[in-house]
Amino acid sequence: MSPYVPILVLAAIAAAFAVFSIGAGALAGPKRYNRAKLDAYECGIEPTPQAAGGGRFPIKYYLVAMLFIVFDIESVFLIPFAVAFDRLGLFALIEMVLFIATVFVAYAYVWRRGGLEWD
Amino acid sequence: MTPLLAEGTTRAAIGAAEGALQQGAWLLVALPLAGAALLLLGGRRTDAWGHWLAVAASWGAFVYGALLFLDLRSLAPEERVRDLTLFSWMPAGGFQLDAGLLLDPLSLAFVLLITFVGSLIHVYSVAYMEHDDDRRRFFAYLNLFVASMLLLVLANSYALLYVGWEGVGLASYLLIGFWNHNPVYATAAKKAFVMNRVGDFGLSVAIMIMFATFGTVTYAGVLPNAGEGSTNAMTWIGLALLLGACGKSAQFPLQAWLGDAMAGPTPVSALIHAATMVTAGVYLVVRSGPIYEAAPTAQLAVVIVGAVTLLFGAIVGCAKDDIKKALAASTMSQIGYMMLAAGLGGIGYVFAIMHLLTHGFFKAGMFLGAGSVMHGMNDSVEMRRYGALSGAMKTTWATFGLGWLAILGVPPFSGFFSKDGIIETAFATGEGWRPWVFGMATLIGAGITAFYMSRLFFMTFQGRKRWPAEAHPHESPSLMTVPMIILAVGSVALGGFLFVGGRFHDWLEPVTGAVEEHHPVIAKYPLMGLTLVLVAVGVALAWRQYWQAEVPQTAPRGSWITRAARKDLYQDDVNEAVFMRPGQYLTRSLVFTDTKGVDGAVGGLAAAVGGLGGRLRRWQSGLVRTYAASMLAGVVVLLLGVLAVRG
Amino acid sequence: MTPLLSVPVAADFVAPTVDYVAVLPMLIVFGAAIVAVLVEAFAPRASRFSIQVGVALVGLIAALGAVGKLIVDGTRVETAGIPAADGTLAASIVIDGPAIFLQGTILALSILAVLTMTERSTDGGAFTPQASAVPGSPGEGAARRVGLVQSEVFPLMLFSVGGMLMFPASNDLLTMFVALEVFSLPLYLLCGLARRRRLLSQEASLKYFLLGAFSSAFFLYGAALLYGFAESVRLADIAAAITGTGRPAVVGQDGLLLLGIALLAVGLLFKVGAAPFHIWTPDVYQGAPTPVTGFMAACTKVAAFGAMLRVVYVALPGARWDFMPALWGVAILTMVVGSVIAIVQTDVKRMLAYSSIAHAGFLMTGVLAIDKIGISGVLFYLFVYGFTTIGAFALVSLVRDAGEDGVGGEATHLSQWAGLGKRHPMAAGAFTLFLLAMAGIPLTSGFMGKYAVFSAAVSNGAWVLALIGVLASAVAAFFYVRVIVLMYFSEPSGSASVVATPGVGTLFAILLSVVVTIVLGIAPTVLFGPAEAASLFLP
Repeated sequence: MSPYVPILVLAAIAAAFAVFSIGAGALAGPKRYNRAKLDAYECGIEPTPQAAGGGRFPIKYYLVAMLFIVFDIESVFLIPFAVAFDRLGLFALIEMVLFIATVFVAYAYVWRRGGLEWD
Repeated sequence: MTPLLAEGTTRAAIGAAEGALQQGAWLLVALPLAGAALLLLGGRRTDAWGHWLAVAASWGAFVYGALLFLDLRSLAPEERVRDLTLFSWMPAGGFQLDAGLLLDPLSLAFVLLITFVGSLIHVYSVAYMEHDDDRRRFFAYLNLFVASMLLLVLANSYALLYVGWEGVGLASYLLIGFWNHNPVYATAAKKAFVMNRVGDFGLSVAIMIMFATFGTVTYAGVLPNAGEGSTNAMTWIGLALLLGACGKSAQFPLQAWLGDAMAGPTPVSALIHAATMVTAGVYLVVRSGPIYEAAPTAQLAVVIVGAVTLLFGAIVGCAKDDIKKALAASTMSQIGYMMLAAGLGGIGYVFAIMHLLTHGFFKAGMFLGAGSVMHGMNDSVEMRRYGALSGAMKTTWATFGLGWLAILGVPPFSGFFSKDGIIETAFATGEGWRPWVFGMATLIGAGITAFYMSRLFFMTFQGRKRWPAEAHPHESPSLMTVPMIILAVGSVALGGFLFVGGRFHDWLEPVTGAVEEHHPVIAKYPLMGLTLVLVAVGVALAWRQYWQAEVPQTAPRGSWITRAARKDLYQDDVNEAVFMRPGQYLTRSLVFTDTKGVDGAVGGLAAAVGGLGGRLRRWQSGLVRTYAASMLAGVVVLLLGVLAVRG
Repeated sequence: MTPLLSVPVAADFVAPTVDYVAVLPMLIVFGAAIVAVLVEAFAPRASRFSIQVGVALVGLIAALGAVGKLIVDGTRVETAGIPAADGTLAASIVIDGPAIFLQGTILALSILAVLTMTERSTDGGAFTPQASAVPGSPGEGAARRVGLVQSEVFPLMLFSVGGMLMFPASNDLLTMFVALEVFSLPLYLLCGLARRRRLLSQEASLKYFLLGAFSSAFFLYGAALLYGFAESVRLADIAAAITGTGRPAVVGQDGLLLLGIALLAVGLLFKVGAAPFHIWTPDVYQGAPTPVTGFMAACTKVAAFGAMLRVVYVALPGARWDFMPALWGVAILTMVVGSVIAIVQTDVKRMLAYSSIAHAGFLMTGVLAIDKIGISGVLFYLFVYGFTTIGAFALVSLVRDAGEDGVGGEATHLSQWAGLGKRHPMAAGAFTLFLLAMAGIPLTSGFMGKYAVFSAAVSNGAWVLALIGVLASAVAAFFYVRVIVLMYFSEPSGSASVVATPGVGTLFAILLSVVVTIVLGIAPTVLFGPAEAASLFLP
């Protein structure tokens, strides 16, 4: 149990600090609201109940983000492979080709189904 | 016959089935089953001739059963128990079980009763159901019923018996609910099903304890070794089996469904229950005899259940004005007699089965008679609107009358031999208070039986006529009367035939073991005389009140006991309070916990964990938060559970 | 030279050994899934659907054939791992008796599921024309009019099947987690693709995703804690560490072990739908397209119970007395909650969902028998339950509202099933059979399954579980029979329903389910033998 004691103590201190800060602020701070204070800070857009444009982000943002992750992960695997390429032999080469081919299949799907066209 | 062994069991050992006739015993079940399958799958194509196919399948089974009976009779008594293995059924690891049939005097006695009475019912139904659009379906159910019942009595293990048991339940359920356009019948069907499930639960628990105790559930593996198991285990098995028997045989406290089932569509389905299905419980108790002999407490419970039911049914029977319900109450009471006798053991087994056979005939005859009366009276069941039908329906009157004399126990009719035997055995078995209490129960029961059966008979056939103007009572067609006549012959002669010379006693000996007669606490002939006097008093009372006096067309309010009996001694109210309400409450509370309560329960837990539930609520929309919170609560409980075990 | 490049490679690279024949079923299914993605990308729109069906069926049947070869060969190997210096193999996949049996079951069931998904004979099928269209929007209507269909259903389903094949064959917790995600993620998507009642479907999809992710996190955390305890994720190493014979002699770390087991169990119990982790089941079963519900109910249960068996029997036998009481509690709660709440359901899909929860409880009694016959009982039960479930949901997908043009959406409200027995005797008869099998009435396969698990439980002293199981199935029989009563003994009230004429695929799936349900009820030996022969895990 001993290795956990410091961690637990740390967690407890962190939690206590958070609770104390929020609690102390809420209790000690004066609460004198006026219209200007309730407005958005200094500049910016007046808050509306829903986000602009009906509350929806275009789905394309997410598509691009996901595509990025796919290639990101591909490079995560590719770079170590490239570094140790000479020692890994034929087996690893085949595996990598299969891996890239699989990613490419997904890419081809996205491309053919119009995932890369913005409009 | 001399005992096989100097000590220990005198029951015959089991031999393998020999010869084509015994090997083919599976045909008994297969014939009606094939009939049912053909009719159900054949659809409208079989409408024209389907009912005759069903009749043929049923009679075929009877003929085969009769041949088997003759075959077994030709063997020496100790060779009359034959086992027929069909196929390896459940080879689940340590649990090996073959499906097989057991041919022995007991099962064959049932086979003959079921197929013979069953076939007569088939014939009768051809006429009775003539104008029904769904006659084919009805016959398919009848065949299914016969097949299941045969499987039940022929099985060589409790597991296969359970299959037949469920099959009978299903078929009876379908038959009770046959005319399903009437919601009352559907409710009755549901009630029968639920009550039977309670019984089935008992049976499956018994099978489980058996398996845990003996490692097998075949008769051959369980029954000879019953004496070696602990008394405790035997008691539990016996009580669980009794629960099963109570469900199927409508014994106290699971008797409530029978009366409502009789309210079901046809006297035919009422009859098939009365004459065959309800005997399954008696069969189970007799078959499990060695278990009960090893567990005196369970045996006593059987006797008590029998005694309570026989009085219960008799009292209820006195107040019913619906002819079918009165007969149903009478059935319940008579099965009580059998149950009591089966619980007494020894010679009691013989009389239990003998009464079962004779009852099968005379009660079947009376149910068919009731059906015939309804047929002639525009389906009215109200006895207060009958009266003086003896002139209009001579054959029905005569056959019903013979059945009435039989159930009264008037010598030399069938019921006399079997019922008197039970009364005598009740007075002769046990020590101290038991012979007196159980003996008096059977004796008083006989008196009440005489009263209510005479009441039924006089109200229907004698006295003054009370028909509504539009009724034109007439005799039924010969397809209906011929079965009634055949059954009436059985009502008259079967008891004497089985009793004289100890025929039935010797026939059952390989199954029940050699039994010795005890001496009743009241001497035999005075007891017989006393019984007959009581019966005479019962008949006389009924004669004065329901033949001589005017029978009011609407039921008078009556004393508190009449009112209680009319409401089946408040059985429905008791059931509702004891079973239904707690069940509904459990369901409601669980549903509440599952849907709405989760919020509350989890809210409490979540608050303890740090107000997480509350945070999630504002953070997310929809109900996912509740679900996630409930999962979290589950995790916490699971963690605590795992840690608590170690702690 | 920068320090970054001077990091030495610890040892020479050793190529892992893979028994390709043993993992061929998985390779075929994943391969077919990739081909299906390409078909989706390049095949012309008109012929896409039929090509997809072909690819899926060919792939699944070929994989079933490969499983057949494993059965014939009697293959029992650990594979796909790097041999250590002492010759042992840290294999991540194990192909043993239960794995082969479960893979065969999953493949057979998923072939039937594909067949039910091909149903387009009445109204264009169960799937939405365009999943990304806003429900009720003009775009959706346009997609429907030109006859689009979201044929991605098939590649998604193939990926899911591949993950399911891998799940019970995983030899370590990480592989198991990967498999869990691989079969779960496509299912989340599939749930949202219903053609009708789109919002309900999307809600189900989102709920399933969120809660599934939640439970996956528990599973992963449990795996991490167990790794902390045993310094290995291999199931056999964990077992050795528990008994104290493992490489690191761990003492005084029981907290890690117990928490790890509990959290791991949460992930598995969520997937099988055991209370109190069942709560997603009714909503998701109701919202998902009915063929997907059938697939999910049958195959997920097989895969998840397979994995649970493996974890309980291979990794944790030494800690049995620690987790058994908690799992007993879960099993009892699951049986009671499933059977009792099902009574008040008015929607047939929700009722079947609660019934599947109750069945999870019954299956757990077999798992908790902790015995070889418990394993064979569970294997048998999973097989028969899978067929019954697929058949039942296939029938649910046929019972439709009687619209003006003849056939409308699915009529899932129970009142719409009233009187079905008179109007459509064949459909009602088949559904009755499935209900009876689920209720465990003798001479149906369900009775044999229940008997197998309960008798295993009784003979290993867990008779309390078996007793509660029998009680719960008595209660459960009530609501199954209620539907039968409704179909045969009630007059239809309110909006009427009709049974759509099934296409060849659905018809075949229903017929085969009927045959399996009857044959295994009468002659269970046919399957008991193989199940028993398969009931031995490699260590």
